[in-house]
Amino acid sequence: MSVPRYWREIPGRTRLEAQKCSKCGHVIYPERLRCDKCGGVLLEPYTLPEKGKLLTFSIVRSPPSNFVKMAPFVLGIVELEDGTRITTQITDIPVNDVSIGMSLEAVFRKISEDGDSGIIQYAMKFRPAFR
Amino acid sequence: MRRVAIINYGLTKVDKHWKKSLRGLFGDAAKAALNNSKVTNLDALIIGNMCASDLSDQNNIGALLADYLCITPATAFRVEAACGSGAAAVLAAYTAVASGMYDVVMTGGIEKLSDGVGRDTTLSLGKAADAEYELFYGSSFVSLNALLMNHYMHIHHTPRDAFADFAVLMHKNGSKNPYAQLPFEITREMVLRSDKIADPITLYDCAPVGDGAAALILCPLEEASKYSDNYVEISGLAGATDTINVSSRSDLLSFNSTVIAADRAYKMAKITPRDVDVAEIHDTFTITGAISLEDLGFSEKGKFNKLLAEGAFEPGGIVAVNPSGGLKSRGHPVGATGAYQIVEVAMQLMGDAGKTQVPDAEIGLAQNIGGSGSSTFVTILRRSR
Repeated sequence: MSVPRYWREIPGRTRLEAQKCSKCGHVIYPERLRCDKCGGVLLEPYTLPEKGKLLTFSIVRSPPSNFVKMAPFVLGIVELEDGTRITTQITDIPVNDVSIGMSLEAVFRKISEDGDSGIIQYAMKFRPAFR
Repeated sequence: MRRVAIINYGLTKVDKHWKKSLRGLFGDAAKAALNNSKVTNLDALIIGNMCASDLSDQNNIGALLADYLCITPATAFRVEAACGSGAAAVLAAYTAVASGMYDVVMTGGIEKLSDGVGRDTTLSLGKAADAEYELFYGSSFVSLNALLMNHYMHIHHTPRDAFADFAVLMHKNGSKNPYAQLPFEITREMVLRSDKIADPITLYDCAPVGDGAAALILCPLEEASKYSDNYVEISGLAGATDTINVSSRSDLLSFNSTVIAADRAYKMAKITPRDVDVAEIHDTFTITGAISLEDLGFSEKGKFNKLLAEGAFEPGGIVAVNPSGGLKSRGHPVGATGAYQIVEVAMQLMGDAGKTQVPDAEIGLAQNIGGSGSSTFVTILRRSR
């Protein structure tokens, strides 16, 4: 992955920056040109909540090559407190202990690395919430 | 708009064709389509393909194949909509003929996944998803569908066995198909005990990786009898899209792209799901097949397993589903799959389907998905004999 390609997604992937429609209040993530619910064009900057519940997950045993040494890992869709859904990894828990509906919180983690000399990529994963 | 007919077709067996290149394999399908037809000139070639640039270092597939077929200077280009590329190419060819711009057009699909040995085929196929917000996190085509399957089982309380039974039916059908990559029967236990790929999906929930090419020749319906005495009409077709990112969808139990494309295609063909005699649906994974059966109107939501157990998806039931064996058994040469499906439905209506023939099929449907439901193309054919 090129550095600019990684760098330009930092707002969305690391700071969880999204958009909110000023007309209907729908949260748009990842960003779009218009509101994907009502078509509204006036979008305000908005930051996603960092807590949510696990909507669905999979224990990935046969991943793409640059994730092989992490397997098995858990991929999930997290439904955040405002209803927005995000696809990411579930971490800091044995894979067999993960269950649908569990409370989660965002945590900054390494996602992958481009070989021995490429960039190391970071973003948010979700882990079991302490409270 | 002119009405459009499919006048001839050609297929290769889906397999690992180690001795065949992209052009050689498509050449076999094209040759079969041109044999026994009175077509002497092709105005255009519109071809579906997904992975050639990743796995075979080849772009510009249109010129490559036009050159190999010796039809230059005909218009030729590739259409890409991930696993939906084949039916997308047929849709483009349909509009080219219907508009009056071209008269005789060859379309279809070609895929050479076996050229990906030593490369990352999983990553190449995964590129159907959102690179920055899905693939970035280590997801793949399988694991994204596993998210859908886990959700489906959780909401509908569907037993795991029901998905295995769908795979069993696909292999039973495919065991009779000479073009199938995996032409053998399997048992429920084989599916349940096969290697875990991304829970709850096991190996035998998945379509295999293979090579294939399918070609069709289209012309205006009113000229079809000039070229062939056995042809079918494309009586309805549509494509539709949904968010590329699965998690952006409000309902993970349905592919809205399939619902919309099917609705438009049914209206165009002036039929309802009940009128369909035979359907080739897109079962990349058993969950994809289950959701598709419901979205196409062949089953109520969450009830596919009940109908499956009753034999509703076999000849004599509601609709004969995937007599070819579907993606599961016939195979899934990704960018060619939609073209295979449309050819197979045409063969059923022409009475050319041999041991997989569904008796008296008059109306058939092909549903081809790109990505995890982000694109769907539905094509409806009607017998014209």
